[in-house]
Amino acid sequence: MTSGVAGPLSSHPDDDAAVRTLELTKHYGDAVALAGLTMVVPRGEVFGFLGPNGSGKTTAVKLLLGLSRPTGGEAWVLGRPAGHRQTRRNVGYLPELFRYQGWLSAAEVLGLHCRLAGIERVEWPAQILGALATVGLTGHESARVDTFSKGMQQRLGLGVALLGTPELVILDEPTSALDPVGRADTRAIIRHLRDRGCAVFLNSHLLGEVEQICDRAAVVSDGRVLAIGRLDELLGSGGVRLRLTGLTDEARAALSRRGRVVEHDGWFVVDGVTAESVPDLVAEVVASGARVYAVEPVRQTLEERFLTLIDTDRARWRH
Amino acid sequence: MAALTIARLTIREAARRKLLLALAVLTVIVIGLTGWGFQHLTTLTNPDGSQIPADELRLATSQVLVLVEFMFSGVLALSAVVVASPAISSELESGVALSILARPVGRYQVVLGKWLGLAALIVVYVVATTTLELLVVDVTTGYVPPGPVGLAAYLSGEGVVVMSLALLISTRLSGMTAGVISLVLFFVAWIGGIAGAIGEVFGSGAIKNAGTITQLLLPTDALWRGSVYELEPVLYRDVLGATTERAGNPFFVQSPPSGVFLAWSVCWVVLIVSLTVWSLHRREV
Repeated sequence: MTSGVAGPLSSHPDDDAAVRTLELTKHYGDAVALAGLTMVVPRGEVFGFLGPNGSGKTTAVKLLLGLSRPTGGEAWVLGRPAGHRQTRRNVGYLPELFRYQGWLSAAEVLGLHCRLAGIERVEWPAQILGALATVGLTGHESARVDTFSKGMQQRLGLGVALLGTPELVILDEPTSALDPVGRADTRAIIRHLRDRGCAVFLNSHLLGEVEQICDRAAVVSDGRVLAIGRLDELLGSGGVRLRLTGLTDEARAALSRRGRVVEHDGWFVVDGVTAESVPDLVAEVVASGARVYAVEPVRQTLEERFLTLIDTDRARWRH
Repeated sequence: MAALTIARLTIREAARRKLLLALAVLTVIVIGLTGWGFQHLTTLTNPDGSQIPADELRLATSQVLVLVEFMFSGVLALSAVVVASPAISSELESGVALSILARPVGRYQVVLGKWLGLAALIVVYVVATTTLELLVVDVTTGYVPPGPVGLAAYLSGEGVVVMSLALLISTRLSGMTAGVISLVLFFVAWIGGIAGAIGEVFGSGAIKNAGTITQLLLPTDALWRGSVYELEPVLYRDVLGATTERAGNPFFVQSPPSGVFLAWSVCWVVLIVSLTVWSLHRREV
């Protein structure tokens, strides 16, 4: 896990980062929505932006898109200052508050965004039909949006975000109105975007979802980054569980040298063991005369890690 | 280009929401009723049964036509305010604006597009209703006002002015509040215009100045007076216009707005649209 940002900031269009922010701050009067957000989102990766309600996630997204102006700090998107009009040509966006013209049909909404995004007219039919198919709305292209369920409107919003060939797609709570099938579809779409090299900035508090698809994540609270890094770095190694018999003092000592040992119901849990050191540990235990029946990694879930970070942060501020 | 897209979207919204249909149906019904009324006007006689002289009949027709156009200008102003007041605020509040403003579109293009679309709707409504009403009056009474084109231009200008004001307020306040403020200012300008004329009759510089200031701050009433001028028979202006006793009457006008005032009205609209662009540009979404 790393804290803060690595590498120098750059405003060059060839910058390899999809998003860079440095001490990005936003105040609304006396209220602090974002208190010095510093992070790097690499291109071509799925980045989870996590935080409790009111932690500044949507504020950060609006700053990145130029919908809102920062009080302080700086931000670059695809190598240009955040909100740059040329950059917005290459960014897809699904807002948390997804609302589209209810008096238009789904195909007309997509057509409108093709036009606004500056997509060549000749590409519109393929873009519209492709987006409808991707989000599972084929057959609904002529239906008025105000006849759609909330879930269908969110699917349409996702389709709008996919138009063109965006290099970055910003999804703000993209599955809030979707059923489990819709959520699985959305995960598949996000993976597909990553496969074709598109960065995805996923703003969510559905931690299970983030854990399944994100390469990296940042945890924010009260507008500050508490942790940021690759998901495996963030979660760290929780240790290993072994089911053993014939544990000798020598084997117990071998386990204790690797980390704290807790015995429970026939299982021995050893904290702090990395995945790479598991074979050596098992070999040592077997060599000492014990019989090994099962070995399982103990991994902290993102939810556990998230709650720990938030609780620690709140405790720190209380004191 | 994006501004034209937004303008088309604005017009399409008015059509899809059946606003154009409702206005068209109601207007045709009202014009039909006024046609019936004008037809009866030509059959009226003096109490002693004698024929009403043609000039008097023309005068009466022009006065009734002014009242009918006054109603249409009122409908136009109310409709323009009702449509323009939520045009930006409702999209900001609902979130519709989020996905549009995240596109490579300047906020000035959104404002210009909305303004162009609404202005086009106003001009189409004015030209259609004015043409139809004047045709009906011509067919039923034979009266043709001296300035039909000027009439349409002044009425359109009045509608565009009040629409521009509502659109500006819509960048900051809710549709309901923007609508109420715009209408209050519209009626204050109307009263201000009458007060100014009365001040002129009675030689009260303060009241006259107050009227002039309200006309400069919101040129709707002065433009309405321009449309009244275009409806009056030339003879009526020449004969009765020489007296000052009718100067406070909002349905009688002695002279059209000056060229300087018309230039100011154009500048006023440009200024208000520029303020609208600035206001939306500064607005946090």
